[in-house]
Amino acid sequence: MTNSPIDLDVFSELSEATGEEFAAELVTTFLDEAPGMIADLKAAVVENDSDGYRRAAHSLKSNAATFGATELAELARGIELGSLPRNGEWTEADALQSTLDAAAEALRDLIHD
Amino acid sequence: MTETSGRLLIVDDNKVNRLLLSRSVELLGHKTALAENGRVAMEMLAVQEVDLLLLDIEMPEMDGFEVLEAIKSQPELRDIPVIVTSSVEGLDNVVRCIELGAEDYLPKPVNKTLLSARVSSCLEKKRLRDEQKRLLERFATSEVAQDLQESGFAIGSERAHASVLFCDIRGFTRLSENLAPEATIELLNTFYTLMFEAVTSNGGIISLMLGDGLMALFGVPHPIENTAQSAVQAGQEMFTMIEMLNAERMNEGEEGLQIGVGIATGEVVAGYAGTDRRATYTCIGSTVNLAARLEAETKETGGGMLVDQTTLNSLDGVDVSRTYKGTQIKGFSDPFDIYALQLGK
Repeated sequence: MTNSPIDLDVFSELSEATGEEFAAELVTTFLDEAPGMIADLKAAVVENDSDGYRRAAHSLKSNAATFGATELAELARGIELGSLPRNGEWTEADALQSTLDAAAEALRDLIHD
Repeated sequence: MTETSGRLLIVDDNKVNRLLLSRSVELLGHKTALAENGRVAMEMLAVQEVDLLLLDIEMPEMDGFEVLEAIKSQPELRDIPVIVTSSVEGLDNVVRCIELGAEDYLPKPVNKTLLSARVSSCLEKKRLRDEQKRLLERFATSEVAQDLQESGFAIGSERAHASVLFCDIRGFTRLSENLAPEATIELLNTFYTLMFEAVTSNGGIISLMLGDGLMALFGVPHPIENTAQSAVQAGQEMFTMIEMLNAERMNEGEEGLQIGVGIATGEVVAGYAGTDRRATYTCIGSTVNLAARLEAETKETGGGMLVDQTTLNSLDGVDVSRTYKGTQIKGFSDPFDIYALQLGK
């Protein structure tokens, strides 16, 4: 359980507060939107747009926290507070992508239970 | 649902956040509208009634700080409470929101108990503000109400250039003797409704209601371009409206009303006079006395509208029907030239 990318306490609270069906829809919305956020983040690196970079990380952080994706939220927060990397440096973006992938998989499992 | 339900506008660029917040407040019994950035929110605020704003900070196009600034700078939006819901980093940003006039700050993910409590308390605040506004507007005019809300309440005064208009129903005591008390009040209400319309549609305010008469001010608390012209225009409209009212009354076999109007222009001292508990926006000075005397003088001249020299000098396109040179007026040592104006057109 401790290895799950999703904090189940947070997720079940969300599910209880808003209704299981709604929570599942919200997860689907997040999974639809998240790739766009990472794309925005990468685009901001290319365009040297530090506001856009921060905003994309901020969005991911905020949503990750909503679903209890603790590790993803922490990572995104670090990026939000950090500085804009040089174009071509994808260490952070790649880490974010793989953490997102893991969280997404766990979330999908949760809503298809 | 014991709480009053409100209309909430949720402003967030993030779709998940928008949907989640919307769901959370709908479950509390409120109605929601959604905006994906500040610009869209401002457009919506311009056309629809909103009781409370849930506002994100980080947004493209127009961020939450800019929305707060825009809302607080517009008198008609300023009273809408704003709860900032954000996961923005840094205490200084939270402080900035509060300084810009946000009621409250809720970090995301928003705790549903806190959200429920804050939303209720903000809606209650909004309800009280609306109530206060309605009361103010009932007992003051909307200009004075707005002035009070903008500058706060202070007993004090300022010198200003203004035109003062007095209007009075001729022979009202005798008229009311033939009417039931209810009919008298109804007649007065109709009279005041018409006179208020004439005054406010010309940029004036009603300063006093005096039994069967009133005192109106033009040029305070907000300056207007030609106070005399506006006051005279209002006076003209009063006569036109009374004529229409009389036509109606004649049809019903009732006696018509006759009014007299006096207008003077010059420097006045205007402000709130009274105590903290009860005060009125009013105006004093010799201009006020002169206007009151001119109105009284219409009893001698047989009704109509009398104005002083200063008022006449500022008029355009108004004809004098009669000049009363060197009229001695009670309370003033020097005689005045006063003018009866042609009514209508």
